[in-house]
Amino acid sequence: MTAEPFPSTAEAKLELLTRINRAIAGAEQQPLPPYPVSAPLSREAVLHQFEDRILDYKAAFTRVLAGEIVGAVAAALGGARRVIVPPGLAAAWLPAGLDMLRDDPPLSHADLDRAEAVVTGCAVAVSETGTIILDHGPDQGRRALSLIPDLHVCLVRGDQVVQTVRQAVDTVAASVRAGRPLTWLSGGSATSDIELVRVEGVHGPRHLHVIVVE
Amino acid sequence: MSDHGGLHPAQPFPEAAREQVVRAQLRANLRKVTHTIREKRANVVGELPQWEQLRTLGAATKDASLANLSDRLLQLEQSVKARGGHVHWARDAQEAREIVARIAAAHGARELIKVKSITSDEIELNRALEERGIHAIETDLAELIVQLSHDRPSHILVPAIHRNRAEIQALFNAELPGEGELPDDPAALAAAARRYLRHKFLTTKMAVSGANFAIAETGTVCVVESEGNGRMCVTLPEVLVSIMGIEKVLETWEDISVFMELLPRSSTAERMNPYNSFWSGVTPGDGPQEFHLVLLDNGRTNVLADDFGRQTLRCIRCSACLNVCPVYERAGGHAYGSVYPGPIGAILTPQLLGMHDKNANTLPGASSLCGACYDVCPVKINIPQVLIYLRSEANLQKGLTAEALAMKGMKFVMSEGWRFEGALELARVGQGPLVHGDAITSLPGPLAGWTQVRDLKPFPKEGFRDWWRNRPAPVDAAPPAIVQKAEEGPVPPQKKEGGQFDAEPPREDTL
Repeated sequence: MTAEPFPSTAEAKLELLTRINRAIAGAEQQPLPPYPVSAPLSREAVLHQFEDRILDYKAAFTRVLAGEIVGAVAAALGGARRVIVPPGLAAAWLPAGLDMLRDDPPLSHADLDRAEAVVTGCAVAVSETGTIILDHGPDQGRRALSLIPDLHVCLVRGDQVVQTVRQAVDTVAASVRAGRPLTWLSGGSATSDIELVRVEGVHGPRHLHVIVVE
Repeated sequence: MSDHGGLHPAQPFPEAAREQVVRAQLRANLRKVTHTIREKRANVVGELPQWEQLRTLGAATKDASLANLSDRLLQLEQSVKARGGHVHWARDAQEAREIVARIAAAHGARELIKVKSITSDEIELNRALEERGIHAIETDLAELIVQLSHDRPSHILVPAIHRNRAEIQALFNAELPGEGELPDDPAALAAAARRYLRHKFLTTKMAVSGANFAIAETGTVCVVESEGNGRMCVTLPEVLVSIMGIEKVLETWEDISVFMELLPRSSTAERMNPYNSFWSGVTPGDGPQEFHLVLLDNGRTNVLADDFGRQTLRCIRCSACLNVCPVYERAGGHAYGSVYPGPIGAILTPQLLGMHDKNANTLPGASSLCGACYDVCPVKINIPQVLIYLRSEANLQKGLTAEALAMKGMKFVMSEGWRFEGALELARVGQGPLVHGDAITSLPGPLAGWTQVRDLKPFPKEGFRDWWRNRPAPVDAAPPAIVQKAEEGPVPPQKKEGGQFDAEPPREDTL
């Protein structure tokens, strides 16, 4: 610990807990009602819903078969050449001719800022809300990799798309309990702070391209 | 600097509102924004048939956590420490400021970046840091607008909601170095903010954030946002300090799910907001390697101690209640004089400060009790009921006031017809000097409060009773059948066996 100790903390903690215990003495706890979920959709409907939601966020969406991944990634990258690739992402999915930046040894913030794009996988995706969840496993890399470049191409396996938030929360529970950070993405960076006009692209990646692979 | 920081209103609500409602530009900006969000919210909420059950579960989940709050907080502390983080306990704003300032000083920080922390506004952190020569840079676009214009936030979610694009254009042209003349296009203005902040994100060593939720079981802290400034702040600096009110804690990881459904739809009216970040302590090789969590009371245990007011602590700061409130729409956020405006602010601020606070205890009056805030609240806080409860608490604090005396007088006058008529006659004569044009705009002495926020109609020259006595004699031309029915009289409500009143159906023979 580099910060100096805080003498008031032990005393503050004791007093705060005393205040709380006095305040909630006699408070009754009711059992929780069951979790309400949406009526289940077919696999095909889930994937359609996911596509619809992603497009609604003004992000790009492509759905391909396993053999077509390289072409889809090349198309999604457009003119981007300096591309960050997390250590665990299969090189076979990437088109030739890229200036690939591997995060080993770790890239500096300046290096990341010079990259034009990043290609990652994901942990799970939610069709109902159009959300992609990264648990920063080997095919996704540490959090900064998918944050700084302007274009994020995200590969999602068809079987990773679940329908509800609740299912996704259950799916990543083991990652969270193992101490991993999570990033939930729903479209690209956006702001509505000026007269509620939605502007795509502020500090995070301005462009998100989702490729669903079956 | 008061101990309660940014909570304390500088004047009573009616006075503050009187200054705000005359600002036509402000009202136009507010009206446009609140109406847009409320329509969008209704649409995305309508997509989920189970919305009401989700609200019930959200409320119950928060209640369960609050009912065991000390256990939850101890568990959270243990989990964060187990993941390499530090936990600090702050009884009030001053203690919380001190903790953050000392962490900054320990790292020799002259500058730090901030995201998403209404709690830091509550404790007036920026000012305290500035006094020690540490500059805090707001990174949320709206917060940046507020900071550059030396203004105050006026909305929980869109703090610069009271400013339009032309005002922001003028501000950025004056304040952002090297940008030259910017157009008034929101995209161009957002791009300018991006260029200004990019370098700060990549090079600043320390960040301060708020927290939307924290999970006791796993030590996970969560920030929900849209622009990516949150991701930048919680990922790139070496040191991260998160300040959270003690009521933000949840028990298990699975508890987060219902709030990720309720919060975005209620606040930005989106199915999900663009970015949510979750982290537990420190992750080796990824993100800040030093993490501090500050647990803040600052009046929250007072709220917790009140069996009826406690539900206020369910609040997840979505701001849905602001966007539907007719009082907020007209008066604007600044009229509430606290970092927590709108209906939730009208119940949260006076409870955090205590009902003895003379300015804050006028806030429960800032409502028409229309109930729209309760309908949209994702965690079912019964704001109208709490408002009424707090109004009576405020009256108890006041004791026997001039208003209470006037009411006693009115009760005496109105309890006998002749007294009432006599008083009316007196009033008709007495009001003469007070009537200007067609209205009484200010009453004297203890009655002044009645005309502070409304004009009164003068008493008419002829009241109903006079008119009734003086009316022409009625012409008796009704057909006999109806006269007969009238003689039988209307059927009064009948008391049934069970004690319930109910109207008897009319009998066949009378028709």
